[in-house]
Amino acid sequence: MANVPDNLKYSKTHEWVSIEGEIATIGITDHAQEEMGDIVYLSLPDIGRTLAFDEQFGEVESVKAVSELFSPLTGEVIETNTAIGNTTEIVNEDPYGNGWLMKIKLSNPSEMTDLLDAASYTQFAEEGGH
Amino acid sequence: MLKTPLYQDHLNLSARMIEFAGWEMPVLYSGILEETLAVRRHAGMFDISHMGRVRVEGQGATDFLQKVTSNNVATLKSSEAQYSLLPNEQGGVIDDIIVYREAEERYLVVINASNTEKDLTWLRLHLPETVSLTEITAEYAMIAVQGPEAPRLVEYVAGTPLTHLSRFQFLRTTLKGGDAYFCRTGYTGEDGFEIIVEADKISEVWTAFHDIGVAPCGLGSRDVLRVEAGYPLYGHEIDDTTSPVEASLMWVVKPAKGNFIGSSAIAKVKSEGASRKLMGFVTEGRNVPRQGYTILVNEKPRGIVTSGVFSPMKECGLGMAYVETEFAVAGQTISVDVRGRSIPAKLVPKKDLLVIAL
Repeated sequence: MANVPDNLKYSKTHEWVSIEGEIATIGITDHAQEEMGDIVYLSLPDIGRTLAFDEQFGEVESVKAVSELFSPLTGEVIETNTAIGNTTEIVNEDPYGNGWLMKIKLSNPSEMTDLLDAASYTQFAEEGGH
Repeated sequence: MLKTPLYQDHLNLSARMIEFAGWEMPVLYSGILEETLAVRRHAGMFDISHMGRVRVEGQGATDFLQKVTSNNVATLKSSEAQYSLLPNEQGGVIDDIIVYREAEERYLVVINASNTEKDLTWLRLHLPETVSLTEITAEYAMIAVQGPEAPRLVEYVAGTPLTHLSRFQFLRTTLKGGDAYFCRTGYTGEDGFEIIVEADKISEVWTAFHDIGVAPCGLGSRDVLRVEAGYPLYGHEIDDTTSPVEASLMWVVKPAKGNFIGSSAIAKVKSEGASRKLMGFVTEGRNVPRQGYTILVNEKPRGIVTSGVFSPMKECGLGMAYVETEFAVAGQTISVDVRGRSIPAKLVPKKDLLVIAL
């Protein structure tokens, strides 16, 4: 069973969000990486780009398929996880830790209320939510 | 959906199951890349029981196979097998197969799961009265044990000498009390054996290999391994409309043996020349060049990807593609259109995918 930490928020496009002040750290969920399988390539946005809620911000390519990444919140990209480099297996192994993808500076924190909590996301993922 | 006799073993190993050609098959256990590397470095095993198995025997069996297959059955001694094609009248490929010769007029033919019904219908259409054709897919199971350590491990489990066999030689013997064939063949580019054994014995055989550290591998890694090795897969590189000329399979087409179904159509393509040719390619970077992506030469579409994978051995994308003959030359610089981005790549001979650097 996929790991869904209680202290995070989740989107229906299978990203997780961790908030500190006005900065949100974003990655893909354990459920998402399990579904994708071995990740071999990541495309992440440029620093400074403004992302709207639900806007595509990148791509994850696994051995099996390509998946698009969607921003769970509106904000400006202030950092991406360049440490991943070619060691994309980090996203499979540690999706909530060293496998984080980007940090954005929130411009509309009220959107947070639309995200799912751990229990709701678990139910959504178990029902095969897309 | 059809289940192989190893179905419960796959569930016990927490395999992820998918539908393939009407069968419920394991696509992966630990992970596609890890399983691929296990086969390249050590040994892995695949359940390939879904492949069709057919006995062909009786007076005229050899003549019959000479007529319906492209390779020369007459060159086979008993206990030897050969890769071959079932061509249609138009010179296309109904299936690619392996023919095992057991005796003068007795053969076992292994065919693709996705083509089993089509092949049987075709073969029965041309079958002489004196030759019998018996499907034994359900009565037997089949696994492939592949990797540099596979021959030694297979010999250990078999309890009988096997490593003296050359590639494409086989031995029929007993295994766990059941009728069994050990054939030095495979679809990975590694050494190893394909083992056919009576269905009710296969679970015990699978467990014996598992117990000595042979990694269970799914269809996912099987596909990566065969693409890295440059082997065609029916429905990707070959089908009813592709010619063995363009698929670079003329090494198993033997016109000197005499006429066979499709021989004149194939000869015509050979003399006129094919408009496209199947080539290997290696890409820069880690994007996966997937089936259906366009091959570009100087920005112009000149071909199409038939199979593409991320190679964990080379840590880049590689695959096979049909390319217009004019450009189908080893060393040709190309690019692959990966969802609107041009990824630099180079054409290489299929068999050299794992050895040539970009």
